[in-house]
Amino acid sequence: MVQDQIAKTWMGTFMASDAPVIACRNVWKIFGDDPTGYLKKMPSGHSYDDIRADGYIAGVKDVSIEVGRGEMLVIMGLSGSGKSTLVRCFSRLHDITGGTIEVEGQDIMALSEKELIDLRRNKMGMVFQSFGLLPHRTVLDNVAFPLEMRGQDKHARRARALEVIKLVGLEGREDYFPRELSGGQQQRVGIARSLAIEPDIWFLDEPFSALDPLIRREMQDEFLRLQEMLGKTIVFITHDFDEALRLADRIAIMKDGAVEQCDTPDQIVMNPATEYVRKFTEEIDKSRVVHAGILVKPDQKGEGDPVPAGATIHALASTLVSDTREFIPVVDNDTVIGAISRQEALHVLVGSN
Amino acid sequence: MAVLSTNSAGSKAPQMSSNKVATGLVCLAIVLTALQYAGLLPAWLHRLPESWIPPFAVWLDAAFNFVRTDLGLEKLTRWFAEGPLQFMLDTTANLLYGKKRWPRFEQIPWSAIAASAAVLGYYLGGWRLAVLAGGTFVWTALIGQWKIAMETMSVLLVAAPLAFCIGISLGIAAWKYAWVDRAIKPILSVLQTLPFFTYLLPAVIFFKVGPTAGAVATIIYAIPPMILMTTLGLKKVSPEVVEAGKMSGCSRWQMLRHVYVPAARTEILVGVNQVIMLCLAMVVLTAFIGMPGLGAKLLAMMGSFMLGRSFEIGVTIVLLAVTLDRLSKAWVVKLPEHFEKGTPWWKRHKYLLAGLGAFVFFTVLGQFVEWFAEIGRRQSLSQGKEIDTAIKTFLAFDIVQGTTEKIRYVLNVWVLNPFRDFLLSIPTIGFILLVVAGALALGGRKSGIYAAVFFGLVALTGWWDRSVITLYSVISAVILATLIGLPIGIAAARSEKWSKRVLLICDTAQTFPSFIYLIPAIMLFGITATSVVMSILIFAMVPLVRYTVEGLRGVPPEMNEAADMSGSTRMQKLWNVQLPLALPTMAVGFNQAIMFAFFMVIIAAFIGTQDLGQELQKTLAGTDLGKNFVLGICVSLMALTFDMAIMTWAERKKRVLGL
Repeated sequence: MVQDQIAKTWMGTFMASDAPVIACRNVWKIFGDDPTGYLKKMPSGHSYDDIRADGYIAGVKDVSIEVGRGEMLVIMGLSGSGKSTLVRCFSRLHDITGGTIEVEGQDIMALSEKELIDLRRNKMGMVFQSFGLLPHRTVLDNVAFPLEMRGQDKHARRARALEVIKLVGLEGREDYFPRELSGGQQQRVGIARSLAIEPDIWFLDEPFSALDPLIRREMQDEFLRLQEMLGKTIVFITHDFDEALRLADRIAIMKDGAVEQCDTPDQIVMNPATEYVRKFTEEIDKSRVVHAGILVKPDQKGEGDPVPAGATIHALASTLVSDTREFIPVVDNDTVIGAISRQEALHVLVGSN
Repeated sequence: MAVLSTNSAGSKAPQMSSNKVATGLVCLAIVLTALQYAGLLPAWLHRLPESWIPPFAVWLDAAFNFVRTDLGLEKLTRWFAEGPLQFMLDTTANLLYGKKRWPRFEQIPWSAIAASAAVLGYYLGGWRLAVLAGGTFVWTALIGQWKIAMETMSVLLVAAPLAFCIGISLGIAAWKYAWVDRAIKPILSVLQTLPFFTYLLPAVIFFKVGPTAGAVATIIYAIPPMILMTTLGLKKVSPEVVEAGKMSGCSRWQMLRHVYVPAARTEILVGVNQVIMLCLAMVVLTAFIGMPGLGAKLLAMMGSFMLGRSFEIGVTIVLLAVTLDRLSKAWVVKLPEHFEKGTPWWKRHKYLLAGLGAFVFFTVLGQFVEWFAEIGRRQSLSQGKEIDTAIKTFLAFDIVQGTTEKIRYVLNVWVLNPFRDFLLSIPTIGFILLVVAGALALGGRKSGIYAAVFFGLVALTGWWDRSVITLYSVISAVILATLIGLPIGIAAARSEKWSKRVLLICDTAQTFPSFIYLIPAIMLFGITATSVVMSILIFAMVPLVRYTVEGLRGVPPEMNEAADMSGSTRMQKLWNVQLPLALPTMAVGFNQAIMFAFFMVIIAAFIGTQDLGQELQKTLAGTDLGKNFVLGICVSLMALTFDMAIMTWAERKKRVLGL
């Protein structure tokens, strides 16, 4: 993917293999008195409600998921579905009950306290829903906080912090205290802080949910701009499907601690894996999500002017409506990869199945 | 709704049975008392025979002696008292009133302290606080009490920081390690109900008479709230701030130093405020073990009935208390504000510079103009004699004298004495049964069992009669306080404006050291049993009024609106909506009133009572540590019984009401 390439050139060194940055296999996180003992004894196939009846809560339930380098994975679900818990397992803010999580090939549950601190000091950044700013520190000191913690000297961390503050557009407010800023500005501080150490992996836990809709939109644009520039590996949590569709390379939909489906937005919209996912996607305007590429029938050729594979059906609306061809050819990087059925595309456009 | 109703039905079942048990116990107690009046009760059922009473005091003494001499604790404490503690106290004493001990420093001129205090007040809270802080010190100097006030302050300056350090360390430990928390909790609740005389004697024995013992007793007394506030603050730090700290790669120490403690700033500073206030209250009280200062002077003046001077000292103490309270509270709400870029250094630190400037100016001035350094005895503006005469003239007016005489007579002859005699006539067992029944009805089975054990222990100590007299003072004063305080609270709660005023008065009154409450009582009723009840009454009324107002004002507005829209009159609304909803909060106030009363009744021993306080005060003269502790524990056990029953009731009620 394009973003992959950006990421690789940006990072300079890239591994020969496409090893995932985060790989988790059969991860469980159970809350209760003796979660480890309970998980060992628990018969397989226990549902969320069965576990709950036993007095335990399954925060994360048998999740296997991988995040590739430079990829933006959006985890979404309703509140209480376990998305925040899962991300906190990735960063080991929660110790998992079962399974393994590897970050860049390293089992994070095997790390000592010091190694874990080193990992967080150098590789990970996180943005929080209610910002998590330290109220007694200025913007500058908040942003420089992670640098201070790893013992960087005062001048170096000041210079770096000013750089990131400029990046998020808060120049001139370095000496303000968090309570003197608006919500959107506070979250910019949170973003700047998480970027200060130049992390490879960036976790964002519903970063824009606490903001009002107009600011949210603005912050999403800002975020996309940053991502284009930096090309980080990102795990982004949201409960807002539109937000997910705007940002995601892949979306994982969670329910009761388990991942219902993890796929590209196109696939989730066109081929929902479960009834729950289908209901979730029912209300949205599919034509804005689905790309021509996904509808391509490789055995068809079509005739006349081709359309690009990356265009959404919504963008092709006028062509689709005014055209008379049955099949329209689709090109990807100047090669024809097949053709879409105009009828099918029109169905997507008007929202009928 | 279905869940809710089954829940309340479930909790009702055991309560019904405990109510029945309570009724049974009350009946039994009545029968026993009736038998006693009929002369049919054998003597051993009326009071425990002497021979049954285990020698707790002797055992405790043996234990203390073992710890003290055999384990060598005394050597350690004496070393601490004569070494570091004495050094610190000498330093502050030299600085504040020129005690002329090593290390020798010159006495700081009063004007320099007053000016610096004014600048600090201005920085924290504007002109009002500047006038209050500066004015307090000017008053103290002008009235000729500078030296005694500084004797008090020199101990406070050592005790408060030490109490803060110990308190915050223990608080962090209790928050971090569950076992420390479990170990500390019961000790704290006993410490908070233990009468202060019980702090004093061990302090004297382990730390010598005078300022060192005073400082130690003060420190121990002020630690518990600091621990509680620290733990509370640390527990309340938002999880996201904690996670942000962790994701920034903080080590454990960095987490505590840079994340937890700064984020818990507000609660910790509230703890600091409480430490300062409790220290001041206690430093004044340590007069009883020979601590010189405001307390000692007040004690002496009240003892010789010099009301004018007592009044002046009282004003000084109150002013100091209010100043310290307001300054520390202003510090709690003071939040940092940023300066515009390029603000010069002197502007950023202008208050610090102004304070230093004022300090240096007046110190230098004091070198040349003696008056600014020290105000001599002759120069003071004390009007002690004149006030004395004024008060005495006022009291001699027929109306005043007639009223106080009448109140005293009615209270003593018709109310207090009969009530006391009645309580004393109830057989020990009957009395315990009554208390257990009350605890059972209020707090359920657990409270009932504790009440039985606690009061059983009190009976076993052999100080039963004195305990009952203590209890009688407490109960009668709290009942009188309720009769007066409740209507005041209800009336005040009717308007926003008056609620605020009354709450402000209560807030201020609560900062006064308890000793102060003796002054008006003694002024009006002399040194009699009535002034004991009166001083307790005033002291206990403060929390009662306060919580009544807070409870009534705290009723959710939509409930009030619902009542209004249902067409209820003011009275109907009060009785059917506001009071039931405010009751749990009011119960907390009632409980605090009882705790305050237990505290005050011991101090009132100074006036002359026949209760535990009197005995406690007597022990201060000797080295009878065992007896001192037994007496103290008696008070503590009785207070704890009430505390547990009422608080359990209030909490359950709150849950049921969904508040």
